[in-house]
Amino acid sequence: MEISVDVNGTSHAADVEPRTLLVHFIRDTVGLTGTNIGCDTSSCGACTIHVNGEAVKSCTMLAVQADGQQVTTIEGLANGEQLHPMQEAFMECHALQCGYCTPGMVMASVSLLDENPSPTEAEVREGLEGNLCRCTGYHNIVKAVLSAAGGDQ
Amino acid sequence: MIPVQFDYVRPESADAALAALAEHGDEAKLMAGGHSLLPMMKLRLAYPAVVVDIGRLSDLSYVNDAGDHLAIGALTRHRDVETSELVNEHAPLLAAATANVGDLQVRHRGTIGGSLAHADAAADHPSALLALGGSVVARKADGSERVIDGADLFAGFLESSLDPTEMITEVRIPKHTGAGWNFQKFNRRAQDWAIVGVSAQQVNGSARVALVNMHPTPARATAVEAAISGGASAAEAAEQAAEGMEPSSDLNASVEYRQHLARVLTKRALQEAGIS
Ligand SMILES: Cc1cc2nc3c(=O)[nH]c(=O)nc-3n(C[C@H](O)[C@H](O)[C@H](O)COP(=O)(O)OP(=O)(O)OC[C@H]3O[C@@H](n4cnc5c(N)ncnc54)[C@H](O)[C@@H]3O)c2cc1C
Ligand code: FES
Ligand code: FES
Repeated sequence: MEISVDVNGTSHAADVEPRTLLVHFIRDTVGLTGTNIGCDTSSCGACTIHVNGEAVKSCTMLAVQADGQQVTTIEGLANGEQLHPMQEAFMECHALQCGYCTPGMVMASVSLLDENPSPTEAEVREGLEGNLCRCTGYHNIVKAVLSAAGGDQ
Repeated sequence: MIPVQFDYVRPESADAALAALAEHGDEAKLMAGGHSLLPMMKLRLAYPAVVVDIGRLSDLSYVNDAGDHLAIGALTRHRDVETSELVNEHAPLLAAATANVGDLQVRHRGTIGGSLAHADAAADHPSALLALGGSVVARKADGSERVIDGADLFAGFLESSLDPTEMITEVRIPKHTGAGWNFQKFNRRAQDWAIVGVSAQQVNGSARVALVNMHPTPARATAVEAAISGGASAAEAAEQAAEGMEPSSDLNASVEYRQHLARVLTKRALQEAGIS
């Protein structure tokens, strides 16, 4: 099936099988490998991207469902060399170790603040419950999100 | 994991979707948010020959005040139900149950109609529908519609009483403005499904109680309700929570543990709902 997906502001047209998962389309067809696959069962959040500005797990969407929609991946956040404030905050707060969960964490965090610009710590933890990190113990991730939200962490 | 091959259609209207269902019958499956269907297709537990994507039928995404009840479009996503002012005011139990579904990413995609049609005893919405006395509107390709009471919607394990060519277009929730309610969900990790859950709603001084994951279908705890109506205290009534239920035993919990959880959580839910 012919689809055309706007990924990070560029339109990508391709002929895909309807069963192609969106995450495979992004990684293999578009060639953007920042979006990771962790569990492939919608549990870990590593594959989180934005569809029309909202965080979703791209292993649990078909590429054909994104036909004509706007997709943003981790590669689309920075403005040239200028990192997105959430990326800056993750760096500043040491919110990553191995980095495997990071693209998904950052995308989920950006979506979280879009919906709730000044969350409490509890709201951040709850808002990120769909993203697993095996390294950091979450504390610094939560700090980063609060810091990006303009809190005094 | 990738599903087996299938044909994909994305009709522009509910009528066109219903026509596609009528044409393909058992071979076809509606896909709303895809957050139950796609995981099952990836595990190859479901393998429809035709997927009819209704996820973008935005005219079926709404929450309206319909006088004595709320009318919620079947394609309304969990996040929109959870944050709806109308739902929070008139059926806060539904808002709370919805907010407990999976995680934010899941709630951005999953729909209320999909959740109810999926008829999963482990899901949160069906219990809220039962406790709130809600119903769904099901439509067919010939334009005929019927209203299915929540009590008649859940027919068996992962089985609704919908005909394969029917589509839920609307969910109707009677208003319970200002009445006591509570939702309890017990799980081990934040985003997990309920090991056991409870929806409790005060209705004219009595209570409607429905349990999550305690029976092959979503189920009302009728013994608890009868005890409350008969004047029992919340603690006494909650002792009846596992009565008539046939919970399963799995990796998370044995039958006995589920029965125990049902009693403890029902007591909490009743008390939090203001039924002492
Ligand atoms: C990681 C994860 C965690 C989750 N955790 C929870 C949880 O904690 N609690 C919970 O309750 N749920 C949970 N869910 C399920 C989630 O709520 C689903 O969104 C929901 O069960 C199905 O809604 P959907 O719109 O995605 O339906 P789909 O997957 O699109 O469809 C499900 C079924 O319903 C049918 N269908 C869909 N729409 C209609 C309609 N309008 N009329 C008739 N039939 C229809 C489809 O044909 C299919 O058989 C979770 C899902 C995931 C992926
Ligand atoms: S890879 Fe998608 S949630 Fe884990
Ligand atoms: S930094 Fe390693 S998984 Fe999160």
